[in-house]
Amino acid sequence: MNQASNNNNPEKPSFFNSPQFRSIAAQALLLAAMGVFFYFIIQNMLANMEARGITTGFAFLHEKAGFGILQTLIPYSEDSTYGRTFIVGLLNTLLVSGLGIVFASILGFIIGVARLSKNWLVSHIAGVYIETFRNIPLLLQIFFWYFAVIRPLPSPRQSLSIGDWIFLNVRGLYLPRPELESGFGWMLAALAIAIVAVLLLRRWAIRRHYETGKTFPLLLTSIVILVGLPLLAYLASGGTIAWDRPVLKGFNFQGGITVIPELLALLIALTIYTAAFIAETVRAGILSVSRGQTEAALALGLTQTQTLNMVIIPQALRVIIPPLTSQYLNLVKNSSLATAIGYPDLVSVFMGTTLNQTGQAVEIISMTMGVYLTISLLISAFMNWYNHKMALVER
Amino acid sequence: MATSEQMIPDRAPPITQIGPIAWLRENLFSGPLNTLLTIAAFYFLYLVIPPVFEWMFLDANWQGTTRNDCTRDGACWVFIIQRFEQFMYGFYPEDLRWRPNLAGILLVLLIIPLFLKRVPYKGWLALFILLVYPVIAYFLLHGGAGIEEVDTSKWGGLMLTLVLSIFGIVAALPIGILLALGRRSSMPIIRAVSTVYIELWRGAPLITILFMSSVMLPLFLPEGMDIDKLARAMVGIALFQSAYVAEAVRGGLQAIPKGQYEAASAMGLTYWQSMRLVILPQALKLSIPGMVNTFIELFKDTSLVLIIGLFDLLSIIQQANADPNWLGFDTEGYIFAALVYWIFCFGMSRYSLALERKLDTGHRN
Repeated sequence: MNQASNNNNPEKPSFFNSPQFRSIAAQALLLAAMGVFFYFIIQNMLANMEARGITTGFAFLHEKAGFGILQTLIPYSEDSTYGRTFIVGLLNTLLVSGLGIVFASILGFIIGVARLSKNWLVSHIAGVYIETFRNIPLLLQIFFWYFAVIRPLPSPRQSLSIGDWIFLNVRGLYLPRPELESGFGWMLAALAIAIVAVLLLRRWAIRRHYETGKTFPLLLTSIVILVGLPLLAYLASGGTIAWDRPVLKGFNFQGGITVIPELLALLIALTIYTAAFIAETVRAGILSVSRGQTEAALALGLTQTQTLNMVIIPQALRVIIPPLTSQYLNLVKNSSLATAIGYPDLVSVFMGTTLNQTGQAVEIISMTMGVYLTISLLISAFMNWYNHKMALVER
Repeated sequence: MATSEQMIPDRAPPITQIGPIAWLRENLFSGPLNTLLTIAAFYFLYLVIPPVFEWMFLDANWQGTTRNDCTRDGACWVFIIQRFEQFMYGFYPEDLRWRPNLAGILLVLLIIPLFLKRVPYKGWLALFILLVYPVIAYFLLHGGAGIEEVDTSKWGGLMLTLVLSIFGIVAALPIGILLALGRRSSMPIIRAVSTVYIELWRGAPLITILFMSSVMLPLFLPEGMDIDKLARAMVGIALFQSAYVAEAVRGGLQAIPKGQYEAASAMGLTYWQSMRLVILPQALKLSIPGMVNTFIELFKDTSLVLIIGLFDLLSIIQQANADPNWLGFDTEGYIFAALVYWIFCFGMSRYSLALERKLDTGHRN
């Protein structure tokens, strides 16, 4: 009896072998090792910086930068500070990322749907597109567009043009700019009102659908409102929109919007490269909705359009959105390749030029990496929120 | 009587139901919209393919030694042929190029058995590749200990691209596995450290990491100690890649059912025993496709070392494009580079797909 009960209750492990002690010891050891490591590199860093005569701290942000920047979204001159350089670079990064996300999404969705087309030729062209551009480094594609396509373009006098409106030459792409002073302002206001109206209408339609089961032709009405209101405003304001068109004066174009060649090359390459990944994401999302769902929806008497809108797209989006946001994040990070062709993004003007001039490596590199980390944390916070919202409610 | 018992021979199916015509009707002309799409697609192909084909092959220049030999309108492949050796090896001394060749052949010979069925001691072979081969490769490529030294500043071309990406995966594998285990550990500090490490390197673009390792790394080292450009890039790549490998391995770990962990500890295995004998063999197998994908990304991303002044494949082609003797042949250079990268990446992605299908045996959940 005694022996048997002994066997069932083995001795407690000694204190040093207990899981609690071991886990605390392992963690303490890790902390100590990290402490020693960081102490070692910080000591070395301080000694090295003193030897090279670099002062630490962020005071350099208030110093005069003394260099010009090719494209600035806010007023900037050589007299501006390094702090302003940082902002200019950041805005340029956000500009190319924002535009890239819009264009890559549009192209990616088209290619993704084309890949699933029943038309053999269309789906295979889309397949070749995806497999080609996905497997070639982005930097190579940027170089190709910049050095092999845009650089050999003609000079401003022999520009390629569409009418008197759009010009393309080695100095960049010139687009007409609508002037806000005239009727265009009214149109914008009308568009804003239309967007709000459509959102309210959508809420109302969804609620009515839940309560009464009656459907409302939301898409059609939305389009009518979105197109109609601005059009009405345009006519009411006397139909005058003034366009500031680019005009050749001397050796270059004046007026309008100028897209510098660096931005153009970067944008084309980012769009084409990311679209290939987005297309795969879209395809996988649509394929993830099983055929049974379509068949069941049709069997219930839903029309093709209703099946698509109410059954397939909501379920596909659940699968598409998380990888899609990580593609957007990749695009933002990839926009830092701008530095290779001299587009003045954050990495190029701040980590490149400013770092060379001031030598404040630690501060500048942490600030730059901090920006990208913040963007990526914001995007993953959004993704977690979205996943939480869209997660299947299981009973 | 006898005739009535004879079967009437089967009639061939209508031509609209089988054969190429049916295929065309089904896949290209099944409705007005589809027909329109097909015509548009054909027109697109007609616009693109003939001129490209003409430029690349029919009108191309293949023979000669200088740009003056490129007299025809098409591509000037003479440029690529003349520079081919440089694109492959960079400025590696010509009489020593057998050394990188030998290192490459050795690697291929070592890796092939891993893919064959029924080869014994695969685990030891993999360990040999991970631990011993890098040392052999270092002495073959760099020299030292009696072998003639070749400074890393002379390494370049495809060879450097391969060195960087293979080094990246070999260095990142052990760190990545530890990080993945750390991120799923029950100890809060270890979990926090692993998570911060992974998210930090995954959140920043590789360029900023390469900048960091090339500018800040020398500051972190004791005075008087210096490391060359290639080693700095390698440190950056290892930091970056280990975070991505960790996430791939974590994916594999998450796919292992909880029962496996519980069974392992019920058997009385310690944490490391259960990881080594039960969990990791299954999890690593599941994470191979993910790791191949991160390897493809790394292979493409090694082209960024151009920005910190190393001469990898893209960088050396970019430099050749700027050669005054060969100005104006950028397109040929880029197409050649694209082709090389494409062959490697496409091959690996097909392999990863095939592997995924093979491993998807349906016991995941």
